[in-house]
Amino acid sequence: MGDFRMPSLGADMREGTLLQWKVKPGDRVKRGDIIAEVATDKGDIEIEVFEDGVVTEILVAPGREVPVGEVLARIDGGGAVAPSTPERVRATPAARRLAEERGVDLASVRGTGPEGAVTREDVEKAGQTKTVEPRKKPAEGIRLAIAAAMARSNREIPHYYLETRIDMKRALAYLAENNAALALEERLLPAVLLLKAVALALREVPELNGYWIDDALQKKEEIHIGFAISLRKGGLVTPALHDVDRKSLPEIMALLRDLIPRARAGRLRSSELSDGTVTVTNLGDLGVATVYGVIYPPQVALVGFGKIVEQPWAENGMLGVRPVLSATLAADHRATDGARGALFLDALARRLQEPAGL
Amino acid sequence: MTEAEIRAALAKLLARIAPEADLASIDPGEPLKRALDIDSFDFLSLLVAVRDELGVTVSEADYGKVASLQGLVSFLAPRLADRRGC
Repeated sequence: MGDFRMPSLGADMREGTLLQWKVKPGDRVKRGDIIAEVATDKGDIEIEVFEDGVVTEILVAPGREVPVGEVLARIDGGGAVAPSTPERVRATPAARRLAEERGVDLASVRGTGPEGAVTREDVEKAGQTKTVEPRKKPAEGIRLAIAAAMARSNREIPHYYLETRIDMKRALAYLAENNAALALEERLLPAVLLLKAVALALREVPELNGYWIDDALQKKEEIHIGFAISLRKGGLVTPALHDVDRKSLPEIMALLRDLIPRARAGRLRSSELSDGTVTVTNLGDLGVATVYGVIYPPQVALVGFGKIVEQPWAENGMLGVRPVLSATLAADHRATDGARGALFLDALARRLQEPAGL
Repeated sequence: MTEAEIRAALAKLLARIAPEADLASIDPGEPLKRALDIDSFDFLSLLVAVRDELGVTVSEADYGKVASLQGLVSFLAPRLADRRGC
């Protein structure tokens, strides 16, 4: 029997409101199926199940606000536990019911029962009368979510920054030649080349791809790039593009065609919000020269791209004009040092000089 | 199509991409990306919509000519006028 819990869709998420079940008891589900819809600060998210099995029990009704980690349903046949779930607070059923009625956060109550379990009396003594707040408007919620994540990042992560300028002449020529033969919607955006180059450079410097958790770097084999997408109502989301290093350029473009409209329509899936192992933010379209990003915890790096602009460029003793891109790395100094960061930017620049190899 | 008709058609297409955009209030010579706060993906989506709805394909080499509203209208006008005569 597996517990299907409210997943954590980012370091900043504390709770979500269950909007809708897409399954009922008795339904068979397989890994990756979308079985529920949850409203979060980042919009309405489709929640996937992580194992195969049969839904045996639905525990939470639509409309309820549920903390991360609380069991939503039981699924027989596999550990359906969503990732990043905190330990459940030990409490008696009566305490749990009372806490729910009064909107009391059990984690904030000191338990005096057996093995520290929170009792009904403990909840009463806590004297909290917090009521469940009405669902926040998405724009406000996104702002709050970004505020929480970025405040934590600046508080906990000792950032260091490196910047390099990259000659984009070969990359843009490759794009122009490639795109001339493609239908409009299949044309590759420069961002596609940048994403693939980042992924391949991360293979060379894998310490920048992963999480800093419990005073240790957890390097990740898979390279899932959280791609910052601005929303028209304000704020941004960074859904993950999965396994970018193993995808072709047209496949990455297809991912963007799928992901960007869904992100802006608030139709992302849970795995897309929680899986990013590194973040890329591209502000070139807004005319920004250089990006100094803030790392999204628990990730350990963020790569920023500015606008491609024509600049004087000296090479082999000759001065010319080239399209030049500013690329920056914001990295967690607990996980890496500047020398490794420099190797990454060098690899990134090198990859972009060989666009046919991307 | 007249330029006014093209502008009206573009306003409908842009409403899908930047719903809050008011074409009447933007500087026609300003780059669309900046005027409407849209990115490269939105711009490509606009060009796809132009092709699908107005039947004109903008090549990548012509992106510079259609970067602003006025540029896009000027680019489309002769091509749409020819088609009307067909």
